[in-house]
Amino acid sequence: MSVATLKPLDVPAIRKDFPIFETGIAYLDSANTSQRPRQVTGAMLEYFEKFNSNIHRAAYRIAEEATIRYEATREKVRGLINAASTKEIVYTRGTTEAINLVAYSWGRKHIQSGDLIVLTILDHHSNIVPWQILAAEKGARIEYVDIDEKGELLQDQFAELLKQGPRLVAFNLVSNALGTINPAREMVAAAKQAGATVLVDGAQSTPHQPVDVRALGCDFYAFSGHKMLGPTGAGILYGRRELLEAMDPFMAGGDMIKTVRIEGTTYHDLPWKFEAGTQAIAEVIGLGAAVDYLNGLGMDAVRQHELEITEYAYEALSEIDGLTVYGPPPSRRAGVISFSLDGIHPHDLATIADRDQVCLRAGHHCAMPLMTRLGIAATARASFYVYTEKDEVDRLVGSIREAQRIFS
Amino acid sequence: MATADDQFYREYILDHYKNPRNFGRLDHPDISHEEDNPLCGDVVGMDFRIKDGTIEEIRFHGRGCAISQASASLLTERLKGLPLEEAKKISKQDVLGELGIDISPARIKCALLALKVLKVGAYGLAGEDEE
Repeated sequence: MSVATLKPLDVPAIRKDFPIFETGIAYLDSANTSQRPRQVTGAMLEYFEKFNSNIHRAAYRIAEEATIRYEATREKVRGLINAASTKEIVYTRGTTEAINLVAYSWGRKHIQSGDLIVLTILDHHSNIVPWQILAAEKGARIEYVDIDEKGELLQDQFAELLKQGPRLVAFNLVSNALGTINPAREMVAAAKQAGATVLVDGAQSTPHQPVDVRALGCDFYAFSGHKMLGPTGAGILYGRRELLEAMDPFMAGGDMIKTVRIEGTTYHDLPWKFEAGTQAIAEVIGLGAAVDYLNGLGMDAVRQHELEITEYAYEALSEIDGLTVYGPPPSRRAGVISFSLDGIHPHDLATIADRDQVCLRAGHHCAMPLMTRLGIAATARASFYVYTEKDEVDRLVGSIREAQRIFS
Repeated sequence: MATADDQFYREYILDHYKNPRNFGRLDHPDISHEEDNPLCGDVVGMDFRIKDGTIEEIRFHGRGCAISQASASLLTERLKGLPLEEAKKISKQDVLGELGIDISPARIKCALLALKVLKVGAYGLAGEDEE
């Protein structure tokens, strides 16, 4: 869809769907977790109040309803990311569990002593630590693609690492700490060409831009529901079917089996093989409502709105003396702006902003290797979503100026 | 909007942050210890010179938020000239009381980092969680 034909987001109308804004907060921490509209909480409440029951087990009517609603989310998610089949859509608690699932079920089978795993310095801890554990267990080694001064990955270095024939390449499509949008399609294609299996961490991309896993060409793609208007506790692992088929279960127990005998067990078909125990039923139903909500807005329109807000914020912040913005220009970044202020620690800024009801993240953003690389301990980070309005950015600027006055 | 007499950033806290007391290092300290708070990158270290069981001289160094650094500065003022036995009695409540502000749970580690340096460094009470 071209930008010209986009229906722009009606932000005031959108904000009415989010009761939390009646509290008066300016919420600038959506990269951490998003807010949730009535449609999502309503879908969850409806489950609790009208057909609360366990799925895949009972023969009575409300349990059938719960199962239908739970499974309906799978098709919605499949459509959102254009996977080939719902068999490729595995429910997890979130991105972290999805990546751990791959590290455990795929990695322990395929990563061997001496193998190379390529990650990037932009990765979130959830896409670093599982691989460190696996590498330590198997005697594999990890190399990290570095960044340039704009916070963008060094593609030359990546190409050199690919020449060493890595077994696995894993990276985030969008950096949660800097907002950098990585050239994922090119990187996946190059990595596949080099014979690697490729996992893309989509935690920061799925909520904010159109995603097509088949066009992307990756083997695994992980994301969380709670960053895309859904509840916490429901996330997704997409995996290409033949890879998932060949993998052993991650968690074992009820519902992931076909038959259990004392002599041994046969596992359930995809995707249920990876969904042991009673699942987060209400949360998965809520995630389905979140996907409906985003589809109603259109992911192209979501990206366009965030680009406008990001450009506005980037300009407003760049005008402040003593403020350093990290990362690429707005056109190549998602709705995330990390920055620091001379003489004011990010936590002090966040505390002062909090006094103005401005919710701002301060810290290492679960990206300590990146902070070390940048030579800083922490940044302040403002991040935006479908409901963000310019007034919230203005309030942030007011808090920054107030902090500068207090600390002057 | 926050104001100049904002509860959290009182003048004397800002003063201790901008003009830290007893800041620097000691040559040949009897005790030297440093702690950090990885979550926000605050670092506080202290050098002690002990004579006849009393903290004769003290310096602190570090970097981080106003709360962590002001808390360290305030603590060194209190510790200088104090017998170690007395220093041991300084509690979390004492430190928070001296700061005299409402510290949110998210910032409590900042406020108590200097006390942790004292506890672990000066009398080896390692690993006590300040939460």
